[in-house]
Amino acid sequence: MDFIANLPPHFFRIPIALTLVISLVFINALIMVYLERKIAGHMQFRLGPMEVGWHGLLQTAIDAVKLMSKQLIVPDKAHTRLFRIAPLLAFTPAVLPFAVMPFAPNLQAVDINIGVIFIIAMASLNVMAIFVAGWASNNKYALLGAMRSVSQNIAYEIPVLLSLLSAVFVVGSFSLGDIVGYQGKIWLFIVQPLAFLIYFVSSVAETNRAPFDLPEAESELTAGFHTEYSGMAFALFFLGEYTEMFVVSSIATAVFLGGWHGFPLPFFEYSSVVWFLLKTYFLMFLMIWFRWTFPRVRFDQLLNFSWKYLIPFSLVNLLITAVVVKL
Amino acid sequence: MTFKNETEPENLEKNGQHKFLLNMGPQHPSTHGVLRLVLEMDGEYVTGIDPVIGYGHRMHEKIAEVRPAQSFLPNTARMDYVCALPYNHGYVSLLEQMTGIEVPERAEYIRVITVELNRLASHLLWLGTFLLDLGAFTPILYCFDDREHILDILESLTGSRLTYSFHRVGGVYKDIDDSFIEKSREFMKRLEKRFNVYDKLVTGNIIFRKRAEGVGIVTSDIARRYGITGPNLRGSGISYDVRKAFPYSVYDKFDFEIPVGKNGDCLDRYNVRINEMKQSLRILSQAFDMIPEGDIRAKVPKKLKIPKGQSSFSVEAARGELCYYMVSDGTDVPYRLKARVPSYGNLSALAEICEGMLLADLVAVMGSFDLVIPEIDR
Repeated sequence: MDFIANLPPHFFRIPIALTLVISLVFINALIMVYLERKIAGHMQFRLGPMEVGWHGLLQTAIDAVKLMSKQLIVPDKAHTRLFRIAPLLAFTPAVLPFAVMPFAPNLQAVDINIGVIFIIAMASLNVMAIFVAGWASNNKYALLGAMRSVSQNIAYEIPVLLSLLSAVFVVGSFSLGDIVGYQGKIWLFIVQPLAFLIYFVSSVAETNRAPFDLPEAESELTAGFHTEYSGMAFALFFLGEYTEMFVVSSIATAVFLGGWHGFPLPFFEYSSVVWFLLKTYFLMFLMIWFRWTFPRVRFDQLLNFSWKYLIPFSLVNLLITAVVVKL
Repeated sequence: MTFKNETEPENLEKNGQHKFLLNMGPQHPSTHGVLRLVLEMDGEYVTGIDPVIGYGHRMHEKIAEVRPAQSFLPNTARMDYVCALPYNHGYVSLLEQMTGIEVPERAEYIRVITVELNRLASHLLWLGTFLLDLGAFTPILYCFDDREHILDILESLTGSRLTYSFHRVGGVYKDIDDSFIEKSREFMKRLEKRFNVYDKLVTGNIIFRKRAEGVGIVTSDIARRYGITGPNLRGSGISYDVRKAFPYSVYDKFDFEIPVGKNGDCLDRYNVRINEMKQSLRILSQAFDMIPEGDIRAKVPKKLKIPKGQSSFSVEAARGELCYYMVSDGTDVPYRLKARVPSYGNLSALAEICEGMLLADLVAVMGSFDLVIPEIDR
């Protein structure tokens, strides 16, 4: 027993944190898939899943079991190794940002001083996965989806970064803990409304969600980059997408919507976590709402929108912010 | 079977351009039915299109040559299952024209009522699938909700929901009753309100307008050369509708307009179809007001001998002009039956219209054309 007691505390902390994060990722995906189907159903005058469990609550769990039991079919002339690696590549970077996510004052794994940059870097790794998947599938639809994904992500990472930068200028720190702490008095959403808007629109594009779901545009490219994927490999792409939705929404919450700040809830000690999750899931609800309302934009319109509107506006916003902060 | 593009692979790399072939269909979400397009692609741009048809060929025209003319009626509904009643209507009208059978007026009114209801159902289906092709998933469920009402109404009258054999030589199968009229009027009231919903949900949406405006322009010249008919032709500004140009049945008694577009782009075709639905509602309400009492079926001999000769009859189907042409050798079995279907002309223009387009626009144009492939394949 002495041996275990003498181990450094990190030895226990890291596995526990990892387990928590991974279970959060899976639970989030389960909840999001259920919510997505249920909300879509009600928006379309139907009920959505109703059969498995009360009001279909267990539907996504059953679907996950089904996907796990399915075979991963590797196409004949696909690059087998890359084809198998791609889903993992999609999943891993989506999980890493949780390391710096400030859920509550004392619930943040590490508060590194470049938290914002770290998250952006991890989130942009997602493109690699999509490109590898599209390339390795040896399918023209998948390749077209991958090509779209690369240019889309390059175009939309710039406004994401620029709009976050203007928030960082106001606070004067890259650390997410500091940014949330700063917002005790006033949410950055009120100081930087344009930056918030640009960030949110571009992050919808970053996560490849409708109306910017061009890499998987099913009416054009059947299923885009994951056309050839089946079983758990397909599920991992799905998990990656929903996790990334969670990540971008929680960044928006932390940077613009005051993070964990909110009035204390009665009879509940941990109201800060609740506030954080409430805001995050509200943003995700908006994303679902977009998806079931809008048609898909065209590829050139998508790029024009970023290069001609979002980037110039975020640059001007950044300039004004810099001048005001300096004064 | 050989394709222009596949036989000359060296063509693909001329001018230093690296092009590739993309096989779209017959199983593809937006080639509704069984259309196959062999696309020559330069990145995202479509540089050549070869439509391949025939996957749904069921030899309907040949079948018409081996059985008594009246027994062929169910087959007509299966050519275009989305809007089957005009196919019934054209066929029985042709037989009546050749044999000289007089149809009671009430029967003609019932025919027009059912055909217009069917046209509404077809256009609603088109609206949903067009927007689905543009990536908006929700409208199709709203449209199916409305379409379901029409199918229920028609089912109560005809007994079937999709492939009707309701029109018979000399009249119709069944008389309409008060509950049918009541249900139809209720539905018409509902649909008029629903147009506002569609307007709010779709027409004003900036993404939709950007996707549809100026895309897939069909000039009146192209429309004439390829024999495009129906809403696609009227979207290009040519006001040609068989119901007005050569009034058949009792269409000359109704007061309705032919909506036309201006530029011939996807948005014009969208507007034309939406307005056509409104005109169909006008025809329906007039028909319910004016319908006379009387018989619904003339006396027709069991063995219908068709006099020797040839004849043709055109009706306006949901997708354009449908023309039946029949040659008879004097027996009750036609010598030859030919159906000129609207989608064939519409599809043939696709290659010229869509050259140099983005793949997404090609899908949008195909959606706006309202192609039903089984009527081409027959």
